Amino acid sequence: MLLVLLLLPMCWAVEVKRPRGVSLTNHHFYDESKPFTCLDGSASVPFDQVNDDYCDCKDGSDEPGTAACPNGSFHCTNTGYKPLYISSRWVNDGVCDCCDGTDEYNSGIVCENTCKEKGRKERETLQQMAEVTREGFRLKKILIEDWKRAREEKQKKLTELQAGKKSLEDQVELLRTLKEEAEKPEKEAKDQHRKLWEEQLAASKAQREQELATSAFQELDDDMDGAVSVAELQTHPELDTDGDGALSEGEAQTLLGGDTQTDAASFSDRIWAAIRDKYRSEVLPTDLPSPPAPALTEPREEQPPVPSQPAEEEDEEEEETEEEEGGEEGEEEDSQETPPPVVPPQTASPTEEDKMPPYDEQTQAFINAAQEARNKFEEAERSLKDVEESIRNLEQEISFDFGPNGEFAYLYSQCYELTTNEYVYRLCPFKLVSQKPKLGGSPTSLGTWGSWAGPDHDKFSAMKYEQGTGCWQGPNRSTTVRLLCGKETVVTSTTEPSRCEYLMELMTPAACPEPPPEPPASGNHDEL
Amino acid sequence: MDAAEKEEISVEDEAVDKNIFKDCSKIAFYRRQKQRLSKKSTYRALLDSVTEGKESTRFQIINEAAKVPLLAEVYGIEGNIFRLKINEETPLKPRYEVPDVLTSKPSTVRLISCSGDTGGLVLANGKGDLKCHITANPFKIDLVSEEEVVMSINSLGQLYFEQLQIPPKQSRATKENEEDTSDDTTQENQEELGLWEEKFRNFVDVKDNGPASIGLDFSLHGFEHVYGIPQHAESHQLKNTSDGDAYRLYNLDVYGYKIHDKMGIYGSVPYLLAHKLGRTLGIFWLNASETLVEINTSGDTEPAVKDALTQTGPVAVKQKVRSQTDVHWMSESGIIDVFLLTGPTPSDVFKQYSYLTGTQAMPPLFSLGYHQCRWNYEDEHDVKAVDAGFDEHDIPYDVMWLDIEHTEGKRYFTWDKKRFPNPKRMQELLRSKKRKLVVISDPHIKIDPDYLVYAKAKEQGFFVRNHEGGDFEGVCWPGLSSYLDFTSPKVREWYSSLFAFSVYQGSTDILHIWNDMNEPSVFRGPELTMQKNAIHHGNWEHRELHNIYGFYQQMATAEGLIQRSKGKERPFVLTRSFFAGSQRYGAVWTGDNTAKWSYLKISIPMLLTLSVTGISFCGADVGGFIGNPKAELLVRWYQAGAYQPFFRGHATKNTKRREPWLFGEEHTRLIQEAIRERYTLLPYWYSLFYSAHVASQPVMRPLWVEFPDEVETFGVEDEYMLGSALLVHPVTEPKATVVDVFLPGSSEVWYDSKTFAHWEGACTVKIPVALDTIPVFQRGGSVVPIKTTIGRSTGCMTDSPYGLWVALSTKGSAVGEFYLDDGHSFQYLHQKQFLHRKFSFASGVLINSCADKRGHYPSKCVVEQILVLGLKKQPSSVTSHSPDGKAQPVAFTYCAKTSTLNLEKFSLNIGADWKVQIQ
Repeated sequence: MLLVLLLLPMCWAVEVKRPRGVSLTNHHFYDESKPFTCLDGSASVPFDQVNDDYCDCKDGSDEPGTAACPNGSFHCTNTGYKPLYISSRWVNDGVCDCCDGTDEYNSGIVCENTCKEKGRKERETLQQMAEVTREGFRLKKILIEDWKRAREEKQKKLTELQAGKKSLEDQVELLRTLKEEAEKPEKEAKDQHRKLWEEQLAASKAQREQELATSAFQELDDDMDGAVSVAELQTHPELDTDGDGALSEGEAQTLLGGDTQTDAASFSDRIWAAIRDKYRSEVLPTDLPSPPAPALTEPREEQPPVPSQPAEEEDEEEEETEEEEGGEEGEEEDSQETPPPVVPPQTASPTEEDKMPPYDEQTQAFINAAQEARNKFEEAERSLKDVEESIRNLEQEISFDFGPNGEFAYLYSQCYELTTNEYVYRLCPFKLVSQKPKLGGSPTSLGTWGSWAGPDHDKFSAMKYEQGTGCWQGPNRSTTVRLLCGKETVVTSTTEPSRCEYLMELMTPAACPEPPPEPPASGNHDEL
Repeated sequence: MDAAEKEEISVEDEAVDKNIFKDCSKIAFYRRQKQRLSKKSTYRALLDSVTEGKESTRFQIINEAAKVPLLAEVYGIEGNIFRLKINEETPLKPRYEVPDVLTSKPSTVRLISCSGDTGGLVLANGKGDLKCHITANPFKIDLVSEEEVVMSINSLGQLYFEQLQIPPKQSRATKENEEDTSDDTTQENQEELGLWEEKFRNFVDVKDNGPASIGLDFSLHGFEHVYGIPQHAESHQLKNTSDGDAYRLYNLDVYGYKIHDKMGIYGSVPYLLAHKLGRTLGIFWLNASETLVEINTSGDTEPAVKDALTQTGPVAVKQKVRSQTDVHWMSESGIIDVFLLTGPTPSDVFKQYSYLTGTQAMPPLFSLGYHQCRWNYEDEHDVKAVDAGFDEHDIPYDVMWLDIEHTEGKRYFTWDKKRFPNPKRMQELLRSKKRKLVVISDPHIKIDPDYLVYAKAKEQGFFVRNHEGGDFEGVCWPGLSSYLDFTSPKVREWYSSLFAFSVYQGSTDILHIWNDMNEPSVFRGPELTMQKNAIHHGNWEHRELHNIYGFYQQMATAEGLIQRSKGKERPFVLTRSFFAGSQRYGAVWTGDNTAKWSYLKISIPMLLTLSVTGISFCGADVGGFIGNPKAELLVRWYQAGAYQPFFRGHATKNTKRREPWLFGEEHTRLIQEAIRERYTLLPYWYSLFYSAHVASQPVMRPLWVEFPDEVETFGVEDEYMLGSALLVHPVTEPKATVVDVFLPGSSEVWYDSKTFAHWEGACTVKIPVALDTIPVFQRGGSVVPIKTTIGRSTGCMTDSPYGLWVALSTKGSAVGEFYLDDGHSFQYLHQKQFLHRKFSFASGVLINSCADKRGHYPSKCVVEQILVLGLKKQPSSVTSHSPDGKAQPVAFTYCAKTSTLNLEKFSLNIGADWKVQIQ
C-alpha cells in the first residue's frame, strides 16, 4: 500500500519543523511548550533534554536524533524515496544510512542525497514489478481456470474410468471363466497325446532291445546251433565279471544263469540285459545296422507340413555333428584302447529321440482355442491394470495440494532446467530436483517432493524437496524452492547456502499476488 | 563442490586418525635418552677450565661416555635472568642455534664469581641476591635467591648430549644389499635407536647428521604448580607425565584434535612457568626442534592440588613440606640454550620473558571487535548478504573473512574470478561501514608454472628443498605444492613484497591476512607435515627448525602489511602455527576445534596457557570449527568468546550455516547481546592490550597471576581475570541453571557486573544463570572504561562517548587506566600520539589524570556516564571540577538497595584533567 502511494507525485511534501529524527506521525508527542514524556511513559523530562545527547528515556525516545540511547530510532524523511527508521546508534557514525544523509549531520563526513535517484529507480522497479504482477496475476487466473476445467475433466474422466473399471472387471471375470473352460479340453487332449507318445516310445525301445539281443545272439552263436554255449560266450572276454580280463568258464556259466547254454528266447529275456552294456559287437561299430530309425521318425508323418521344418532339421544335424566331434576329442585315448560299446549308439540325438511328435489336429485345435482365450483374458487384465493406474494417478493429481486455487497444478508433470557454470539443475515440481555435471556424469538427487514449506501465513511461497543423495560427512541433500512472481515459468537461480542444502528460485505466474486495486485518484502521505 | 569432496575425504579421514601421529614410544631420541639415562653416567664440571669472559663464564663438563668435553656458558642477563648454554666445543659441524626469536642480543650483566668451597663455583649478580652455585661433581647448578635454593639443574643427572659423529662407514646402498648378511641384533638395535635412520609408518627419516639429541632436568624446589609449554588441548596447570606420555612440542595439523591429550598440535612455545607462594619462575628452553617435556611433581601434594582444583571454599591449604617439581626437557637436536627467569612475581616473569622474546604487538582496534568467518563465504553476493544481515539484526561486527575458496584454485594472492569478480568493490562495501576483510594466505604454493608466485619463487630458489636437493613437493589444498622457505631472510623479504597494493591485485588497505596450514601441513607427509630431512636456507635440516617455520611466515606477512603502508599502519595477521615470540606479529587461534561443550570448556585453559607464555592475542573458533552446534552451545560460546581476546566465529565447509540470526529470534538476541557486551568493553580491552604491549602483562590472566598469594587460585581454570578488574566465569555446561563462582581474595569485594550485587572475596558463590547470563564480576578497587553506545563496528564508535564503571574496594577506593590512540597506525609509537589516562577514586573524589605525559592525542569524546558501585551512603551533592577550575553540580541517582551511584548528564572530555567530588 505504502509503495503504491509512493508512486504518486510528491506535491504534498511539506517540511514541518520538529526535533531531529522524529517522524511527522510522532511529531505531536514532541511539543516544545511542554515537558517531554517518554513514549513508553517511563519518565518525563524538560523539553530541552530532548536530543541533548544524553539518554533519559528507557525506550530511547528522548534522543531520536542522537546516538545517545542504545535502543532509539532515528527517522529519515528521505524525501523522494521511502522514509526510514534506523537505529539511532547509527547517527553520526560516519556511515550514510539515510539516502537524504540526515543521519550524518555532525560526523565530519558529507553524505550525498541519493533519495531522488533511489526513488526513481525504486519507482521503475516498482512499476516493472507491478506490471509483472498484473500480467502474472492475469496468467494465474487463467491457470486457475485451466485447472478448474482440467480438474473437472479429470474428475469426469475419473468417474468414467471408475465406471469402465467395473465393466472391465466383469469382463475380466468372464474371460477368466472362458479361459478356464477352454483350458480343460486342451489339457485333456495334451495329456492324452503325451501318454500315447510315451507308450510309443517305450514300445520302440523294447523292440530295439529285442533286435539287438537277436543280433548279438546270432553273433555269439558261432556254431549256428540256435543256442549260445559257455564256450561261445567265452569268446567275448570283455564280459569278464571279476576284472581279470578273461571270461572264465564259471563266469560264463554264471552269466548264462547257471546253465551251459541258452536259446535265443531266454537269451533275449534273461541274459541280454546283464551283458548288453559290456558286450562288444564283432563287427566294426560303423558297420552296425543303424538303429531302427523308422520308429523315431514315425511321428513325422503326422506332422503338418511346416515350411521351417527343413531348416530346423539342418540345424539339428549340425548340432549333432558338433557334439560328435566334441565327444571324439574328449574320448580319444579310450577309443583307441577299447572299441566303443555297440549300443546305444551315442551318435543318436537325445533331442530327436525325446522330441514329442506334433499334436494331432484335434489337440492343436484345442490348444489354439485355449491360447486365444488366454490372450483375451490377459489383454483384459492389462487394460484393467491400466485403468486402475490411470485412476490412481488421477485421484492423486486431483487430490494434490496445488495451492489455494490449484494455480500450481500446471507445474505437475513439467520439468524446468537451469544451467550454471558447472551443473545442469533440473526441477520437476512435486516430484524431484537433481543436479547433473554439465560435462557429463550421472545426476545427483537434490531431493524428492516433501511438502509446501513457506511460513505459516504464506505456505505456498516455497517447496521443500528432501532425502536426496547423502553428502559425505553430512546430511542428505535437500532443496528449498522459493516461488517468485513472474510472467514466465523459469528457474532463475540455484545456490547452496549451506552445505548440501540447496536453494532454488522458480518464477511462476502462479506465485503472483493479486495486484492492489488501481490507485485512488487522490491520496496523501504525511512524509511526502 | 563434489570434486573437492573427494580430496577432502583423503585429507580429513587421514587427519582424524590418531595413528598418524607419534606417541613417545615411536620417537627414537626419546627412547635413546631413556635407555642411556637408565645407565647412569654423570657429568662433572672441570672447574680448572673456568674462564670469565666479558659476557659469560665458561667451563667444561665431561662424562665417561664423552670423549671430548662439552662447553658450558653461564650468562647473567638484565632483569634477573640467567642463561645457560651447553654445546660441543668444536662440533663436527655447527649445531643449530635458534635465531630471530630473541628481540635483540640480551644485555648481559657481569656475574661476580665468589669462591665457593673447593668442589664448586658461585656466580652472583651485582646485588648478590641471586646466585648460581655450580657443583663440579656430579655437575649441578643450584639457583639461589636470597639464600633459598629455588631451582637445581641436572640434580637428577639427566643432562644428555649426543655429540655429532662421523657417519658409519658403510654407505646406505651397500647396507641395503648386504641386509641378509648383517648381524640381526645390531640391525634391531640400530632400528630401535634410530641413529641414522628412523622409520615411522611408511616413512623413513634418513639422518645425515646422525643422532644429535639433548636433554636436561630442572628441579623446582617447593613448587607444585607449573604452567605453559603450549600448545596442548590440556588443563592450564601442567599434569604429571607418566612414562611414555610426555608433553610434546611439535607443530602439527591435527584436525579435530583430542582434548586432554599431551600430543603436539599447531604451535609450540618451549617456555614453562612455575609458581608457588612468594615466587614465580620461568624456564625458557630455546630450541626449535621436536621437544618433549616430562613433569613430575612429588611431595605430599595431592590434597593441596585437589582443594585448589575443586575450590571447595576458603579452605586453608598450607604449603606442605618441601614439595618439588622436576621438569625434564628433551630435544631432538640443536644445543642446550636455556633462560632461567627468576621472577620473583608473576608480573616480573612476564617482563623477563618479553624482554627476551618481545611483547604482544599492539593490535589495530578493529581486530578486537567481532570477526565473522566461514569456510567459505561463497562469493561477493554471499559476503554482501552476510554483511547486510549484521546490520539488519543490529549486531556489530568488524571483520569479514574469506577462506581458501576465494582464490583461483588455492593460488594465494589471487581471486576466483567467478565468485569474486570485483574484490575491490566488495572491499569498498565493507569500508563504507568501516569494516575490514581478512583473507587467507598459506605457505604452500601450487606447482603451476603459470602461477606467478610459483614461477618467481621457483626461479629464485625460494622453496624448501628435499633431501635429494630438488624443490620439496608435498600435497596440500591446491594439490602438489612447494613450500616457501620462510627461514630465509631473502624469501621473507620477497614474500613481504607480495602484499604491496600494486602486486597483490584486488587488495586494498582494509585487507588483512590469515596464515593457516603453516606447521607446515603436508597432507601425505609423515605426521601430516614435512620430512625432517628437508633442507632450508643455510643448509639446515627441517628437523632443526620445524617448530619455528610458522613463526617466520607470520613475521614475513606482518612485515609485508607494514611495508605496503610504508611503515605507517599496524598489521593484523592471524596464524595457526607459532613459536616463542609470535606475539610480536599478531594473533593466534587454537585451530580446528569441535562444536562440543568439552571444547568450549577447554578453550579457557588453552587460552590461559597461551596468555602466560606471552601470546595475549589468542582465541578459539566460536561455535567450534567442526560440526554443528545447537543453539544453546552457540550462544554460550558467543558469550565466552566475547570475553576472550580474539573473537571470531568460524565453521568448516560441511557445516550448516550459523550466522548469528539463524537460530530464531531469541537466540539472535542473546548472541547480539553477547557481541554488544564485547563492544561495550572495547576501551577496556584496548587498554589491556596496551598494557600487554608496553608492560608485558597478559590480557587474559589465570587467577594465580592476580592472586599469587592464594593457593586456592593456583589450579583454577574455569574462570579467569580480564586484566586485573574483571573476573569472568563463562558457562560451559549445557542447561546450566547455576554456576559455582570462586571469588578470590580475602580482602576483596566483588560486584556482579549486571545486578551490582556484591560479595566479599575468598568464597565460592552460587550464581543462578539463565541463558542470557554471562557471569562477570568487577573487582572492588577497579575502574573500567566502557563505551556507552554501540555502533555497527569499532570504526563507527570512534566518537561515541565513554562511561566509567567505578567499583569501590573495601577501603572505598578504586583505580583504573585508559589508553587511546588512532586505533590503526604506528603514530602512537613514533609521534607519541596517544592518550594514557589514569582514573583514581579515593575519599569520595574521582580524578582523571594523565598517566603518561609523553603522549598527546586529541579526542573529542566525553565521559557521559559514571557508575559508582559500592558507595554505602547516599551523597548529598556531586560536583564536577573541570580543568579551568569551574565547578558544576552533577545530576545523579542513587540506589540504596544496590549501593549504586549513577552520575548522569555528565560531559567531560576523556582526555582532560578533571575531578568529581561526591559529598
